[in-house]
Amino acid sequence: MPEFDLASAPLRDLNQALHAIEPGTNDLAFDIRNPRGSHAVAVGCDAPLTVNVHGSVGYYCGGMNAQAAITVRGSAGPGVAENMMSGTVIVEGDASQYAGATGRGGLLVIKGNASSRCGISMKGIDIVVAGNVGHMSAFMAQSGNLVVLGDAGEALGDSIYEAKLFVRGQVKSLGADCEEKEMRPEHVALLESLLERAGMTDARPSEFRRYGSARKLYNFSIDNVDAY
Amino acid sequence: MCGIVGLFLKDPALEPNLGALLSEMLVSMTDRGPDSAGIALYTQPVQGRAKLTLQSAMPERDFAALEDRFGEVASGDLHVTVKDTHAVLSVASDRVEAVREAALGLDTVRVLAAGETIEIYKEVGLPREVVERFDIKRMAGTHGIGHTRMATESAVTTLGAHPFSTGADQCLVHNGSLSNHNNLRRVLKQAGMRFETENDSEVAAAYLTRSMAEGRDLGEALTAALDDLDGFFTFVVGTRNGFGVLRDPIACKPAVMAETSQYVAFGSEYRALVGLPDIDNARVWEPEPASVYFWDRSATAGKAMAA
Repeated sequence: MPEFDLASAPLRDLNQALHAIEPGTNDLAFDIRNPRGSHAVAVGCDAPLTVNVHGSVGYYCGGMNAQAAITVRGSAGPGVAENMMSGTVIVEGDASQYAGATGRGGLLVIKGNASSRCGISMKGIDIVVAGNVGHMSAFMAQSGNLVVLGDAGEALGDSIYEAKLFVRGQVKSLGADCEEKEMRPEHVALLESLLERAGMTDARPSEFRRYGSARKLYNFSIDNVDAY
Repeated sequence: MCGIVGLFLKDPALEPNLGALLSEMLVSMTDRGPDSAGIALYTQPVQGRAKLTLQSAMPERDFAALEDRFGEVASGDLHVTVKDTHAVLSVASDRVEAVREAALGLDTVRVLAAGETIEIYKEVGLPREVVERFDIKRMAGTHGIGHTRMATESAVTTLGAHPFSTGADQCLVHNGSLSNHNNLRRVLKQAGMRFETENDSEVAAAYLTRSMAEGRDLGEALTAALDDLDGFFTFVVGTRNGFGVLRDPIACKPAVMAETSQYVAFGSEYRALVGLPDIDNARVWEPEPASVYFWDRSATAGKAMAA
């Protein structure tokens, strides 16, 4: 099991080792010690690795992840799992702004709170946050699912396309073109599977409300011509 | 970008280490801005004394003559400590304003700070160089703030470096950029405030000074700033007794705080906090947008108010 102590090993050595995994390699579990807020820890993984980060990280941890299962045993700075393609990123503490931004696939689980712009421009990623999310979360979200077990801040889902948002607590306000939607059986089933994959089995789908696009910003409306 | 840090000590046992702790925090933020760096420290007050921090581009010439020049206006009671391009003048409290006025009259000398406990050191260059030039690691104190700058709104000069001090024992560091600073500067000039630079952050400092001069406490002044300042900002503000943090409602500019029984600390990133004592057991959180946080040495506990 490779171990990297970032108190002595350069970050570049770690990321190059993660990128150099050959197909068929058995030794796929990495332990990372003393991240001490370092940026870009375990970015660009593209193999079925298990990466355990023992401590808090800075910007962009797990960015562009494909296939790997990355766990941060601490908190994460801005842009955790940004543009994730597949795999999982689990943050045991809090996440700073724009967690999971632009993500195209995979699962991001945040066991604490996420701050502003969580899931901004998400394009297929699933994000489950055990605590609260900050303002402008799921801004321009295109597809994928955002599940929030706590509260959501101002302007949730502003200018949203076809992502699905599930919130158990209070929503401070909805953004432009975002509205509450009916929870049909297929949404309950979807939410149930997301909660199960995230290991959050004490939350029941019936406690959540669903939000999504009112689809009024999709096309130019002649009634808005005066605004231009 | 810019990197900002702040440290407010609750435990007097840490006071001898303030300069060293704050220096390490600031140096860790070097890659957020390489243009200039500065630190403001608040030292223990000395009964009946006040001090001024002066800066000169020609320190050998200017500072050699200080005792002669200001001896009379300081009533013969003037102690000068020269550190590189800066000099700290210790005078009787009732003479500090007169000495400050005299210093403002010198062409090549700038007054960086005045008050009972504040000292400010700032120069063009990297944090490590600035910290070494002024021997900041050996300084003791109660609280302090620091800044490393990536210049956007005004020239890379010593005076454009942060912290900015526009009132006695007050200072401010800023990550961000204000969009209504020109108009606000005009308003504040009409109200009698004096400006040294074209910098937006100096306007924010002067705004808070003016607001507190009108009777508001730091928390109230920061709350009013949310209505009156337009643009991006994370501010850390120091006063004689206090330490405050404010982020604009959009909150793009990063901020992390940590609190233990010994201190309250602020960093642009968590990296700035990792060298602090017992950080693994600290309460670490991201300050909320548009919310005022401040701590006051005269109060028993800190306050956070949602604006």
